[in-house]
Amino acid sequence: MTERYPLELTVNGRRIRREIPGSRTLLEFLREDLRLTGTNLSCDTGDCGACTVLLDGQPYPSCIMLALDVDGQEVTTIEGLAARWQAQSGARPPELHPVQRGFLEEGGAQCGFCTAGVVMAAAGLLEAHLQADGAPTEAEIRAGLEGNLCRCTGYTKIIKAVEVAAQRMRAERRART
Amino acid sequence: MSPHAAKSFKVIGTRVVKLDAVEKVTGAVQYLPDMEVPGMVWGKILRTPVPHARIKRIDTRRAEALAGVLGIVTGYNVEQRPFGYAKDHLALKRDVVRCIRDEVAAVAAETEELAAEACRLIEVEYEELPAVFDPAAALRPDAPQIHAQFPGNVVSFTYRFNAGDVDRAFREADVIVEGTYTLQYVTTACLGTMAAIASWDPRGNLTMWSTTQIPFLYQRDLAEALGISGDRIRVIQPPVGGNFGRGLDLYPIDIIAALLARHVNRPVKIVFDRDEEFLASPTREPCVFTLRTAARVDGTLLARDARVIIDNGAYVSWGSTTPYVMMTTLAGFYRCPNVRFDTAIVYTNNVYSGSMRGYGNLESTFAIEAQMDDLAERLGLDRLAIRRLNANRPGDVTPQGLRITTCALWECFEAAERDIRKPVAQPPRPGWKRGIGYAGMFHVGGGARVYRSDGCGAIVKLDDFGKASLITGASEIGQGSETVLAMIVAEELGIPLGRVEVVNNDTAVKPWDVGVHASRTTFIAGNAALLAARDVKRQLLALASEQLDEAVSALDCEDGFVFVREAPATRRIAYEKVVRAGHFREGGQILMGQAFYDPPTQMLDKDFRGNVSLTYGFAAQAALVEVEEATGKIEVLRVASAHDVGRALNPVGCEGQIEGGIHMGLGYCLTEELRLKDGRVLNPGFLDYKLLTAPDMPEILVTLIETVDEAGPFGAKGLGEAGTIPISAAVANAVKDAVGVRLTELPLTPERVYRAIRASISTAGT
Repeated sequence: MTERYPLELTVNGRRIRREIPGSRTLLEFLREDLRLTGTNLSCDTGDCGACTVLLDGQPYPSCIMLALDVDGQEVTTIEGLAARWQAQSGARPPELHPVQRGFLEEGGAQCGFCTAGVVMAAAGLLEAHLQADGAPTEAEIRAGLEGNLCRCTGYTKIIKAVEVAAQRMRAERRART
Repeated sequence: MSPHAAKSFKVIGTRVVKLDAVEKVTGAVQYLPDMEVPGMVWGKILRTPVPHARIKRIDTRRAEALAGVLGIVTGYNVEQRPFGYAKDHLALKRDVVRCIRDEVAAVAAETEELAAEACRLIEVEYEELPAVFDPAAALRPDAPQIHAQFPGNVVSFTYRFNAGDVDRAFREADVIVEGTYTLQYVTTACLGTMAAIASWDPRGNLTMWSTTQIPFLYQRDLAEALGISGDRIRVIQPPVGGNFGRGLDLYPIDIIAALLARHVNRPVKIVFDRDEEFLASPTREPCVFTLRTAARVDGTLLARDARVIIDNGAYVSWGSTTPYVMMTTLAGFYRCPNVRFDTAIVYTNNVYSGSMRGYGNLESTFAIEAQMDDLAERLGLDRLAIRRLNANRPGDVTPQGLRITTCALWECFEAAERDIRKPVAQPPRPGWKRGIGYAGMFHVGGGARVYRSDGCGAIVKLDDFGKASLITGASEIGQGSETVLAMIVAEELGIPLGRVEVVNNDTAVKPWDVGVHASRTTFIAGNAALLAARDVKRQLLALASEQLDEAVSALDCEDGFVFVREAPATRRIAYEKVVRAGHFREGGQILMGQAFYDPPTQMLDKDFRGNVSLTYGFAAQAALVEVEEATGKIEVLRVASAHDVGRALNPVGCEGQIEGGIHMGLGYCLTEELRLKDGRVLNPGFLDYKLLTAPDMPEILVTLIETVDEAGPFGAKGLGEAGTIPISAAVANAVKDAVGVRLTELPLTPERVYRAIRASISTAGT
């Protein structure tokens, strides 16, 4: 019998306690134990970014992290991103995160398999810039998404979507403060 | 005047949100790997580690003894039939393995990890056979024979085309340029890997959840491989993480999932892991393309003569049919009266090639466009002037009999030139040289009759809430077909896009379609959807005419209402009321329109002549590059891409296809190569198989040119592959412009560019 270890963390605002095998990756834990299948498995080696989630607000590839390594941390997946934005901005459900809205308006998703990971990476990037009341340049957006592969879009509409989102987030923050 | 020209549109041509976008940005979308079927277990495939060998013994006893293993299939304990275009292999190999992707056994177990562990416990004894990995070597008389039934390792398809008098044209030409172009293995590298779930019911019916893009041909081929009739198979296509041609054939994964599921009497799911995807999903066919072009002193093309050697790999899939397209470009792109094309398609012990976006056209275009520049240089002509002189024009008929109707090839070049010449923000860097290159494109844009039918069926149902359901044969693979087809129905019926639902993923429900290929879906499935919408509209007006007590000819419909044209505000009736009236009256009726659209085109005959497509797509791309002379590094600063799209039904979708196509084509040009050594894939992962990243991508300026083709739905032509096709040629021409060297081998790695620059310097010095 595989030995199990206690894990306690917050996923999308919900406290979770489980006993899991030590070898379980964060991605397996999210997809299989919690059935949060919005985060996709693509390379399993941390090279493509499809499995990106936020850990305490920072984007990380969940396929190469052990679930036990994020014990005590706050995990946000694509399923919890809109709620995270609502909590930050005071927006009401079902308003989506500005990056998600940018993707809808600009056509950032085609097959969509990389989308959850790209959206999470972009959301993390914009949150970091927003803390300094800034917005990333186009080059900074490209650099921030370097770890996310997309085979459909050529990234053009993704970058536009993130630019639109950055402007919207900054405007919203300024209106609020 | 075109039937589409006068009307102003409410939905067509507007920037809309893709129908499936909300699911995709919120993570709600369920791809095949996300799905579970009750009772489902996991399957895993064991492959040979040696490229060519006799199977002496397979011992599965230790694997079977592992707790949690439900069963194991091999070529020796299940019944199966040969499959594939040439029927040259079995899903589970017997007796001989011929490439390192070959499947020798498969395990069903309670978890994926257990299935993988059981695979490691299977003992297979191989007797290695001499192998051959180079197509030229495979053609030698003493080469190892890969299939007894195909002596000489030559795939038994010939693609020999001849038009005019090529030899005479070369004798009489003022100038001849020639070259040999070596083009590599690349693969679709979809973010979502191939996957299948197979489930049998107690009556012997099979349901397959598949990543296929040809559900109806798949249904037929799978039935044949399993020895059952096609009516027993239902194919469901969940959202798929990319395809780009990958799903154009039936592959062992699907057959094995079905065999395993039947063997263990449980639903079985198989999902490729990433290295398996690189190893065992189809590749673009590598080839050596030798071309000579003859021209008059003024630049007029006289003749082309091409011979292509294609590495087919160990088995025949669609890679071996790409010469159809290579030939069409060679004989049709730019006006050229005398053409000869021949090819040898060679079996090797490499992984086997399938179909990939652009399908032979990238290869031909790379060679042709290199020689257009070479001709211009030899004749001292402007590179665009020689293209203008030879450009295809409306009304042209190519030597194969392809009838060109709408054609804005030259306008595309003008637009690409305009955009590439716009000022660039970045100043030139010391040590780097800038250059501009051009390349055009000619591709099918009105379907492609490569099968006896090029048809697609569509049904449009109007319901008692005034909502339309389009049930289409076409498949959604991320390219946006669902959205553009819904836009067509919404426009024709006069309802908002939000009131159209698309059903497109189940062979038990949807009408027949050939599949997603040849940039055909918008044109073919679009015409089918338009005709079905017209059919239901006719029924709607007939029923409303009774309720409004007016002749049909006095009625029109828009914004969800049928109205009397003379009194639109007062005498009108909502669609839902018309539909309900049909339900409630005696005898009753539903409102359902249907159509099957198959264009009036021809398959190529035995001499490879015939008009395969009802219209053709054209494009031109310009690339602005910087090359660092000291290192050979290329940076593409800008790509201008102009496309004759007929009409841009969904501009966001058009741009997205073009931009993504450029990414795929630039990868082919600069970084992507599936590297094989002795039949082994050396780089089966994203760390070593280099897809371009966001910082790698240039600025892309897209122009959509609307020629409004009367054969297309609202004037549209296909464009799904267009962005991919010319870009490698444009970049290679830009490199030539920048540093003066002609690169003939892809990808254009810094090493290759550096060596070419060094070689040119040392040649210039002597």
